[in-house]
Amino acid sequence: MIGLPMLVQAAQQAPAASQVTTRIGEPNAIAVLFFFAFISITLGITWWAARKTRTTEDFYAAGRSITPGQNGFALAGDYMSAASFLGIAGLVSTTGFDGLIYSTGWLVGWPVVLFLIAEPLRNLGKYTFADVLATRLRQTPVRIAAAVGTLATVIFYLIAQMVGAGGLIRLMFGLSYETAIMIVGAAMLAYVLFGGMIATTWVQIVKAGLLLGGAALLALMVLAKFGFNPLALFAAAADRYGEAVLAPGKLVAAPLDAISLGMALMFGTAGLPHILMRFYTVPDARAARTSVFYATGLIGFFYLMTFVLGFGAMVLVGPDAIKAVDKGGNMAAPLLAEVLGGTPFLGFIAAVAFATILAVVAGLTLSGAAALSHDLWVNVVRHGEADQKEQLRVARAATVALGVIAVLLGILFKGQNVAYMVSLAFAIAASGNFPALVLSIFWKRCTTEGIVSSMVLGTASTLLLIWLSPTIQVDILKHPSAWFPLKNPALVTIPLSFAIGVLVSLATRDDVASDKFAAAERRMHVGEA
Amino acid sequence: MIDRFRSLATTRWRIAISLTALMVAIYFGFILLIAFDKPLMGRLVTRGLSLGVLLGALVILLSWVLTWVYVRWANTHYDAALDELRRSGGSR
Repeated sequence: MIGLPMLVQAAQQAPAASQVTTRIGEPNAIAVLFFFAFISITLGITWWAARKTRTTEDFYAAGRSITPGQNGFALAGDYMSAASFLGIAGLVSTTGFDGLIYSTGWLVGWPVVLFLIAEPLRNLGKYTFADVLATRLRQTPVRIAAAVGTLATVIFYLIAQMVGAGGLIRLMFGLSYETAIMIVGAAMLAYVLFGGMIATTWVQIVKAGLLLGGAALLALMVLAKFGFNPLALFAAAADRYGEAVLAPGKLVAAPLDAISLGMALMFGTAGLPHILMRFYTVPDARAARTSVFYATGLIGFFYLMTFVLGFGAMVLVGPDAIKAVDKGGNMAAPLLAEVLGGTPFLGFIAAVAFATILAVVAGLTLSGAAALSHDLWVNVVRHGEADQKEQLRVARAATVALGVIAVLLGILFKGQNVAYMVSLAFAIAASGNFPALVLSIFWKRCTTEGIVSSMVLGTASTLLLIWLSPTIQVDILKHPSAWFPLKNPALVTIPLSFAIGVLVSLATRDDVASDKFAAAERRMHVGEA
Repeated sequence: MIDRFRSLATTRWRIAISLTALMVAIYFGFILLIAFDKPLMGRLVTRGLSLGVLLGALVILLSWVLTWVYVRWANTHYDAALDELRRSGGSR
């Protein structure tokens, strides 16, 4: 999350390596080679997947044929973005302990997904999380509201990934920003358009394997220099840069900011549409549940490695050298790779970072396309009367539209500070989508009006408070002060969205919704069969 | 039949909500310590390991342990009870 503004700062500066000798920013033959290998393999997978993609169930849910282990990797692939790999490693290497706060924050949402959302979602829904709301509530209003929440989350997340990708690729491969964004857009479109969820899932699995393997290899090479003892590495960092690197610093100066960010991370994960959609790709609730256990293990292992990578870069490369290449510190992991394994390893890590962005963008686009076609077109406009052919045609058209929008927005927002867009994505997911899901699953008395107002006002209040926050008002618009003191609004908007959902439900009646509760609850536990 | 189903559903929610509350307590306990007692988090447990780094790693490990606890309970007890409900004509 915090990594992204830095990725963008990276885009704004020329990669002038003043005192460090690095080949970052020069065209790197090995990086290009690895990257083409990745593209060829994933396009091969897409070709194979395209022949298996015949029905909407294949396109949106990979024919429900993904195993728990595969889905664990795919969930991890969807979740571990370049921001977590480059951003956290960079943050730890330049600030020490403060960076680790993010390593923990990004993981703690997963148990919440497992305990509250995964199984009900799998048993009640078909392709999107709006299906869960529509089990008991009136189709048209809840699907429109859910599509708004989904698209808002997806678009802000997409912009952040695209802008980050453009800057990163420019820095690593020496390509122009626009070219980089077009390559990401074109490859992603090929995966989703032809291979649907089957191709997207396998791209995530390959990417997760590469990212975990690359990070583990890098971490092992670091630890080899410290007798395979992480404490020796931390001690070396403390010896050189003072014991303060192992203690909280000024990044969490404001306690309320830290708590608000924590809430957005913890509950936002359970409202991210591209993550929720993955639970439909497995055969049943038991597989959905087990896949979260695998995903949490993989993601947790990855974030534990960021401790080693970050402090490794601090000791072996040095904070000054890292900041000289990129002020935000995002090149810490690639620089570390170069120090340890020379240009070939740098090329490999650069290609892994590119693959990471590509895969996340594909997953986001597919979930946005599902909201547009399955929720809005098929169920709202056509009242569920569309045949398979039409559904697939609309889904593909929506994919193309979103792909073009993503590329255009990526170019439009070039050089922008995108911090607020990712925090926006998590805050919208946490305040717009998560309360509605929880209320509709748990609470018999909730009404269509209550859930719709919770989603709409939760999303709107999040957008408004982000606009009034210091990030926009002070950092971007250069006003002397901001109306709203917190950088992330989740502390206010999550309780607000729950309160609105409860109060409006109590003020209205929805007999259909409460009559259907017993049957829905049964299906939620027992499943369809 | 309905009663047995209801009690199973209630048990599942009770476990899910307790584990969620525990996760929230663990993570926000960590964040609050960072926010309000920085010197304590900076204290060294042993050479190279501050309390903050140790607790941070523990938060990650505990998150995973909690998912393991739930999945283990659900895969053995909960699924078995559901199967029995389905078999004993609970399917309506």
